[in-house]
Amino acid sequence: MTALLADLLSLPLFIGGVFLGISGAVGVIRLPDFYTRLHAAGVTDTLSAGMILTAMMIQAGFTLVTVKLLLILIFLWYTSPVASHALARAAVHTGVPLPPQTDDERGQGDASSSN
Amino acid sequence: MFAAAAIGILVVMGLALVRAFLGPTVCDRILAVNMLGTKTVLLIAVLGFLGGRPDFLDIAIAYALINFIGVIAVLKFVERIGDSRSSPRPEDF
Repeated sequence: MTALLADLLSLPLFIGGVFLGISGAVGVIRLPDFYTRLHAAGVTDTLSAGMILTAMMIQAGFTLVTVKLLLILIFLWYTSPVASHALARAAVHTGVPLPPQTDDERGQGDASSSN
Repeated sequence: MFAAAAIGILVVMGLALVRAFLGPTVCDRILAVNMLGTKTVLLIAVLGFLGGRPDFLDIAIAYALINFIGVIAVLKFVERIGDSRSSPRPEDF
């Protein structure tokens, strides 16, 4: 009975995790600018990994394996934002061009600088 | 189910590799490699489950640690080149 329940719980999590991973990866390829790609990569690193790892945790039940999976999950959730931030900082410092400002942003830019 | 997840993760790694080849700037490539590393951690964990060997998870933990340190090291390296080009260093005077 619990095996069935575990399968029922972990299947949608697996599907969700793989779907988020693929959509994030497509986002990393198709998005026009580096900083937007960084956002898409952030999705795949945290939530997709989180879903797949929780699905495996449900499958593993209350064993040492679940503790290790929890360690991986917590580590990934802490380090991938730090890595993304360091990456964005390095990109700004090495001069990766920012996206061209849209009209309303430029409008606000002039308004704030003029008054 | 695990096999399907492993195939899905492989597809994501393939897409990340495409960005690694296409990436105009070096930061795009680092982004793709960072994503690849995270997905490798997941792939190792899933394959550990698939093969019924729970000790794969130790490899996955080690890989996650090393991947993070590697990305930060490369970024320190990339950022240092950026600084030397933009800001003058002591030996320039």
